Amino acid sequence: MKPTTTFAELAELCQKTNKKIYEIAQEEESSLLECTEQNVRKRVQETLKAMQEAINEGLKSDEKSASKMVGADCAKLKKYYEKNEGLFSQPYQNIIKYALATSEQNARMGKIAACPTAGACGIVPAAMIGIGTYLKVENEILINALLTAGIIGRIISEKTALAGAVGGCQSECGVASAMAAGAVVEILGGNAEQIINAVALALKNILGLVCDPIAGLVEVPCVKRNPFLAIHALTAAELALADIKSFVPADEVVDVLKQIGALMSPTLKESAQAGLATTPSAIKITEELNKTCQK
Amino acid sequence: MANSSIFDIITPIMVGPSSSHTAGAVRIGLLAGKIFGSNRPQKVHFKLYNSFAKTGKGHGTDKGLLSGVLGFNVDDTRIKNALDIAKELGVKYSFEYAEDYNRHPNSVDIIFYGREEDDDAQIRVSADSLGGAKVVITNINGYQVNLRGDYHTLLLIYKDKPGMIYRVTTLIQDFDINIASMTCDREAKGHNASMSICLDSPLTEDIINSIKTISEIYLIRNIEVTK
Repeated sequence: MKPTTTFAELAELCQKTNKKIYEIAQEEESSLLECTEQNVRKRVQETLKAMQEAINEGLKSDEKSASKMVGADCAKLKKYYEKNEGLFSQPYQNIIKYALATSEQNARMGKIAACPTAGACGIVPAAMIGIGTYLKVENEILINALLTAGIIGRIISEKTALAGAVGGCQSECGVASAMAAGAVVEILGGNAEQIINAVALALKNILGLVCDPIAGLVEVPCVKRNPFLAIHALTAAELALADIKSFVPADEVVDVLKQIGALMSPTLKESAQAGLATTPSAIKITEELNKTCQK
Repeated sequence: MANSSIFDIITPIMVGPSSSHTAGAVRIGLLAGKIFGSNRPQKVHFKLYNSFAKTGKGHGTDKGLLSGVLGFNVDDTRIKNALDIAKELGVKYSFEYAEDYNRHPNSVDIIFYGREEDDDAQIRVSADSLGGAKVVITNINGYQVNLRGDYHTLLLIYKDKPGMIYRVTTLIQDFDINIASMTCDREAKGHNASMSICLDSPLTEDIINSIKTISEIYLIRNIEVTK
């Protein structure tokens, strides 16, 4: 079977066959990889396991990254929640902790699952596993959610590369947030239309986000951006579950993502030539790091 | 550019922090190590260019490259300690940092020495990290190649002579293996030449042994895709 390449096609196929998005995803993968749908699910489970392990390891550590710019903040957040109730309920707290834990684990050279990239690796697992843990859902439900996130990312990638150097951070953390939004709607029992609306709503609200990492490293602002965008995904999910529609359909939003990526100045696309990367604080640390690097 | 599988989106499972500068570096090291051969090198030198040189330290590009050469895969948690592990294994290594904007932003030369006291390199490999953990080996010992590790690949260096390509491809065809693509290059007519052949299925021991009987071949490497 020919894989779906637009959200409109996906919605139509779900309606025609009376199938869920994850069922279409596993059928397409089974045909593409020439293996059973059960084996597709097994491979998804491997990623899920790696995501869970990254969260667990990240929650245990307060080790800083090689540059010392990031790495000890999840430990601070944990301590804060031990002493304070926090403004919001437990799933919210889980999600920002898990996103920070995973992202810090990535920065300190720990093992993570790129989703869709290493810099955005905390968003999908935090939203999915955060909600899943709170609601005590079965593992199979999380596999369905990750399949849903996977096909969302794949369809977006049919039109534009998921790389900061090509489209800015909107194509990495922004897309991760759209994937997470769809995954959460799936966990909460939403239908295909609601999932696709969640994608459109999340993506639309993050258009134009630039990629301006300090010293070119996947650290500042990337690590702390992960918890922000995991929560961003939840807003999209809840709006979509209330049957609120994106005025601009998902496929058109993806076209705009691509357009804005092309119009974005190359100095703001992972080249560390503008934005946060050229602030006085960034220049100072960049010079220090360059000295140790060239030695 | 288009991804056709969701596993391009929700993997690789890898040691961070960067798919191009860390996981890509490991994959380059792994491929280069296979080109060097089955023995572990005693000495290896890495020359990192441009973004690899500038941001490599913070991304663990040095550790990634060395890890690959030592045979670790992208998800191996030993990557972080690769420098110490190499010392324990007696593999000498050195790094050099350069700027050359004729080269890809993320590129590297890896120079292998069979023995520590050797001054002459045994194998020189150049490679680029293309993003998303995708890589390409562009040059081996001065010969242009296009080796991405996504196909089973037969790599040959041999004395240029009429009929060589025919002899090798006929042997492969005899075993009913389909050739997906091939790249050939040579120093000059009648001098050394290279051939890298991408295949749809792996070669058997029998085919490799038959190809080994061709006396004009100096170097033969069978690089299989590993999942």
